Amino acid sequence: MCGIVGLFLKNRSLEPQLGGWLRDMLIGMTDRGPDSSGLAIYSSSAGEGRVKFTLSHHDRGYPWQALAIDLADALGATATIMSRANHAVVVTDGPEPEVDLWLRRNHPEVRIVAIGQRMEIFKDIGLPIEVSDRFGIAGMSGSHGIGHTRMATESAVTTEHAHPFNAGDDICLVHNGSLSNHNELRRWLRRRGMNFETDNDSEVAARYFAYRMSEGATLGEALEAGLSDLDGFYTFTVGTRDGFAVIRDGIAAKPAVLAETDDWVAMASEYRSLAHLPGVDGAVVWEPKPERVYTWHLENAA
Amino acid sequence: MTEIDLDSVSIRELNQALHDLKPDTNQTHWKARNPRGKHALAVGLEVPVTIEIDGHVGYYCGGMNKEASIVINGQCGWGVGENIMSGTIRVKGNASESAAASGHGGLVIIEGDASSRCGISMKGVDIVVLGSVGHMSAFMGQSGRLVVLGDADEDLGSSLYEAEIYVRGNVASLGADCEEKEMTEEHRAALGELLARAEVDVDPASFKRFGSARKLYHFHVDHADAY
Repeated sequence: MCGIVGLFLKNRSLEPQLGGWLRDMLIGMTDRGPDSSGLAIYSSSAGEGRVKFTLSHHDRGYPWQALAIDLADALGATATIMSRANHAVVVTDGPEPEVDLWLRRNHPEVRIVAIGQRMEIFKDIGLPIEVSDRFGIAGMSGSHGIGHTRMATESAVTTEHAHPFNAGDDICLVHNGSLSNHNELRRWLRRRGMNFETDNDSEVAARYFAYRMSEGATLGEALEAGLSDLDGFYTFTVGTRDGFAVIRDGIAAKPAVLAETDDWVAMASEYRSLAHLPGVDGAVVWEPKPERVYTWHLENAA
Repeated sequence: MTEIDLDSVSIRELNQALHDLKPDTNQTHWKARNPRGKHALAVGLEVPVTIEIDGHVGYYCGGMNKEASIVINGQCGWGVGENIMSGTIRVKGNASESAAASGHGGLVIIEGDASSRCGISMKGVDIVVLGSVGHMSAFMGQSGRLVVLGDADEDLGSSLYEAEIYVRGNVASLGADCEEKEMTEEHRAALGELLARAEVDVDPASFKRFGSARKLYHFHVDHADAY
């Protein structure tokens, strides 16, 4: 099993509500995934020439400030850091590949959870309510976000194996299902220069879509390509810097329900996670068709 | 009428109260509010009472129903009326996947659309969908009738046994061993009677009838590719 949720705000004045609504949606999927959970939030931009790194370390007392100072000194860059539980978000004007390399060389004990202009990811072991409140999700604002509650079936229950999976550049994915050709695809992507953090099948899907988009595909085109390359059962919800998408495999054995109003679009594995959204009584509620790509994009994205 | 607010009464409490009813109960009309997508509402009922549910329900609503009449004023999650034995379930909105799966008897009416695998493995239930049905509907259907006023998506009636399928709109494709059959006066009369029970006013002559070609019943070496 597993539960997935996604929320995309069409009415930008609702952005301060995003975290609170997503928290409640995630809690609605507790029965489907009590092992671990996580959320990706597309919040304010890091700014021109800057990038955000979401980092994690198992020790909640990790000296994040010292790490930021060392990073700034070593690269001659600015770096500000804000910690939330065992995660921290660094905003820096250092070039992304250099920051990435410096972190891997000098702080192998720190895990890079996400890289992007707008996206931040918070994920950990525990019930959705515990994980959400550990990170203060309810207080977060943003334009869109996706979340996951995991009931592990194919790899270990660790923070690393929790979703969402980021593939760099503000691209992330949550997955309900299992892929049967992920080892083959992982080798295929490695030969094309993609690096992997885990042995998880969903990470392969995230990096596959990121690879297709790096080749020039739109979000919709990348998902279309996946219909022939990804073998297995899946409902995916994918976030990009300015986009939000849902797709199901041809058998469509993994559930999904969509709801849309003038103000927002919401996706969840089950209606339970949508039932408390303001305005849901007037929403158009439907089930996405198999092998059909559903996408939404922000206008005037920051 | 007995009214239940599911914001303050648990599903288990409601179901237990319904299970405790005797066949000659005076509490013959129930109304439940605020289902909010919760699962297993009004399952396993065995007495001829009416339960109306206002709002969207989760999985397996009305599962294993005998005798009772269930009305859902909203949409349904997976498996509404799964394994229904008798009685009636009427969904005023859309139904998600596997509606009336494995149903042995009774009548399930879906006023909106039904999603994938509607009537999968049906064993005698009658299903009337006023909208359209998703792919793989009536998969391995053994007995009973699936009636669709709208369209049917791909692989309708795949690996069908003796369930009958009637479709008024377009069929995207037929599944393995499903074929169009002749519609006789006898079929039209029986379909007309079913439509009347479902309170649907359309001409039975406007439907096409589909059934099993019976080529997958027994192993046949010439059909090895189809197995």
